[in-house]
Amino acid sequence: MRPVSFSLNGVPIRTVADERRSLLWILRDDLGLTGTKFGCGESVCGACTVLVNDEAVRACAVSASDVEGTRVVTIEGLARNGELHPLQEAFVSHLGFQCGYCTPGMILGAYALLKKRPAPSRDEIVSHMEAHLCRCGAHVRILDAIEAAAAAMRGGLR
Amino acid sequence: MIRHDDFMEVPDGWGFATIITRRDFLALTATGLVVMVALERFLAGQEPVRLPQGRQGYPTDLNAYLHVGADGRVTCLVGKIEMGQGAMTSLPQLVAEELEVPITSIDIVMGDTDLCPWDMGTFGSLSIRQFGPILRTAAAEARSALLQLASEKLKVPVAELRADSGRIVHATSPRTRVTYGELTTGKRIERQVTTPATLDAVASFTVVGRSVPRRDALDKVTGKARFAGDIVPPGALHARILRPPAHGATLSSVDTSAAEARPGVRVVRDGDLVAVLHAHRDEADAALALVKAQYTPSASTLDDTTIFDHLVTHAPPADVVREAGNVADGAARAAQVIDATYFNSYVAHAPMETHSAVAAIEHGKVTVWASTQTPFPLRSQVAQALMLPPEQVRVVTPYVGGGFGGKSAGRQAIEAARLARVAGVPVRVVWSREEEFFFDTFRPAAVITIRAGIDAGAKLTHWDYTVIGAGERGSEHIYAIPHHRTLARGGWNANSPGLHPFGIGPWRAPGANSNAFARESHIDRLAARAGVDPVAFRLANLSDARMARVLQAAATQFGWTPKPAPSGRGVGVALGMDAGTYVASMAEVKVDRATGRVQVTRVVCAQDMGVLVNPDGARQQAEGCITMGLGYCLTEEIRFRNGQVLDGNFDTYGLPRFSWLPKIEVVILDSPDLPAQGGGEPAIVTMGAVVANAVFDAVGARVGQLPMTPARVKAALA
Ligand code: FES
Ligand code: FES
Repeated sequence: MRPVSFSLNGVPIRTVADERRSLLWILRDDLGLTGTKFGCGESVCGACTVLVNDEAVRACAVSASDVEGTRVVTIEGLARNGELHPLQEAFVSHLGFQCGYCTPGMILGAYALLKKRPAPSRDEIVSHMEAHLCRCGAHVRILDAIEAAAAAMRGGLR
Repeated sequence: MIRHDDFMEVPDGWGFATIITRRDFLALTATGLVVMVALERFLAGQEPVRLPQGRQGYPTDLNAYLHVGADGRVTCLVGKIEMGQGAMTSLPQLVAEELEVPITSIDIVMGDTDLCPWDMGTFGSLSIRQFGPILRTAAAEARSALLQLASEKLKVPVAELRADSGRIVHATSPRTRVTYGELTTGKRIERQVTTPATLDAVASFTVVGRSVPRRDALDKVTGKARFAGDIVPPGALHARILRPPAHGATLSSVDTSAAEARPGVRVVRDGDLVAVLHAHRDEADAALALVKAQYTPSASTLDDTTIFDHLVTHAPPADVVREAGNVADGAARAAQVIDATYFNSYVAHAPMETHSAVAAIEHGKVTVWASTQTPFPLRSQVAQALMLPPEQVRVVTPYVGGGFGGKSAGRQAIEAARLARVAGVPVRVVWSREEEFFFDTFRPAAVITIRAGIDAGAKLTHWDYTVIGAGERGSEHIYAIPHHRTLARGGWNANSPGLHPFGIGPWRAPGANSNAFARESHIDRLAARAGVDPVAFRLANLSDARMARVLQAAATQFGWTPKPAPSGRGVGVALGMDAGTYVASMAEVKVDRATGRVQVTRVVCAQDMGVLVNPDGARQQAEGCITMGLGYCLTEEIRFRNGQVLDGNFDTYGLPRFSWLPKIEVVILDSPDLPAQGGGEPAIVTMGAVVANAVFDAVGARVGQLPMTPARVKAALA
């Protein structure tokens, strides 16, 4: 057992768990951050997506030691000072969810894309989001929401 | 630097954010206006809804549905659950409408068996269709009670008063008014309704028919929304249950010593349930992997290719669904007859949230937070499993992460309750994806045979239809056919034991997908044989004007130009009827002849669903149906052999993805004269046929089996 330090939603944290343990379950079970969802456990659905240094990472596929020294952001850390991130706002206004179970992963996956490519084409959004699954079939609205958020962010919102 | 164990507290409590204890509830309803409803009369006057076997109808005793508090807030109590279909938003819309209150002053409690009136479950697109009128009646009763109270208080006749934005106002002197809160404060008024109210004409509605923001939106984009697996009572442990390798395999020996040697692990056993417990899910997973178990193999010898013959030979005898004339007489008049068989595979529900439940037992009372579509029937099942009276069990339903019929089965909740009892601590059961694919109650495989003919004028002469496996929903044809017979053998809810090698159950519009696929494929075959454009053929053979209107609406939106198939354009049409809603779909596809791959590029779906409660919600449900429907159409099928389910995760079981998205256009016809019909399922039923028909139009090859995998398309082309 080796302590691992990283920043979690802006707060410096040091784990006291086995460093080989899964980041997903440390977040959910140890830290109570249940916004990160379990969907498949094998890196094939995207429900557990979090940001590690602004890259989309599947929390079910990495261990605590993999995020040593990084900045980890979960869905709970996206809104700042009570203000929703433009992606969150766009998912609300475009109804980019039905049951909402895939939503945290979708939003963080899209965040990583917009960080790299602030003005992606619809096709780029599709190929970036391809490995995120949504069983409810909210896909059209999710794409609309990401496009709208991209536009709002370019407009200088954040 | 914060240490991880300093962090461990869940910020806003461990329970479902809106959990209300029975005591809080009694305090809440100790004063104010409470409306109770007896449901018997409501259902007597209604078209009977066929209840699946083993499910009760609505109870006949009185149940509280609405409460108006001294603060003017209205609480509606419903046994329905929110799984993405938007009932949490649309049901309060109905109440706001009847009770003349702003939607923001309505709270809703859903799916809690201690607080809500009994409900059979959330399925069959019934939330608005069947339950809506009941809730509206309760609200109308509340309004009339408030008018009465106001008349006494203001000393003016009721006829001079009207309800407006949470107040009762005098019609001509609006200064004379009183709020709902003022009327109910300090008293307890109970009203009982036993007959349906005469409800307002829909045309005067202001809230219904408007798209209002989803109530669950904020929770769902911030990660605050709690699903059953997110609820962690103090001291709760995760359970990972030892599972057999195949359906029908039985445990012969088990050695848990290596698992038990790991720190923090407990192994518990309750009859056939062997589980490892740990506070952390990943550590429970690791411990389960150390359990050594021997099984006697399954006796099942079926697989996904031999299943169809097995169904034909073993399905129960036929029930007549509908019959008129004499099929042989019709056949004698036919100029052309086509005889064909259609096949459909087992399909998983695969909600993104696997079946999850958390059970805690306090002073002998069992509370189970469950991802379920049927909290009340589940309460009975849990009570039965633990041999407790139902009052000793409370099922609480947080947000449900997708159901599609699969969460009418609540095995995981029973497992959690049993394990919590033997372990003496709260237990969380969150199925792995493999468990989900193993214990899912799949949509049954189906074999449908149709023999039908047309006369020289391309009019249908007869129709002889037998569905095996899928069930009768949607099996009745929708055309004007003088001689016809529809038979159903078995179904998702009526089977001989052992017919299927694993559990089966209702899947979004149960039965209707397979039936619509077969019927509309066959109609297309007949149209092609007659050399008639498939839309013109349908219009000429329809007698239902409402269906014709929906078809024409789809054709207009699509820009359909008549041509007999195969035209090489890759366009198709299919009609369907489900949950009272009429659907006409048109699709455009591209077929890669070399690989057999089908890409659906455009889908137009026209629906007549009666009065629209939430137009944008309805559109969204239709889009969801179309997108989800692409899966059973093109890739989704459960592969299995000798009791083993070979698809265990999304790497081999293909769900629709972003790149599959066609351009989707949903047209909703305005039918304010008709009651609201179901919207959560109808648009999915036509997907199989509309794509199969478009594939035929593209390449001239007919695929008679779903899903239309590249291999099947290539085989049809060969
Ligand atoms: S749970 Fe991690 S990708 Fe599915
Ligand atoms: S909204 Fe339900 S899985 Fe995407």
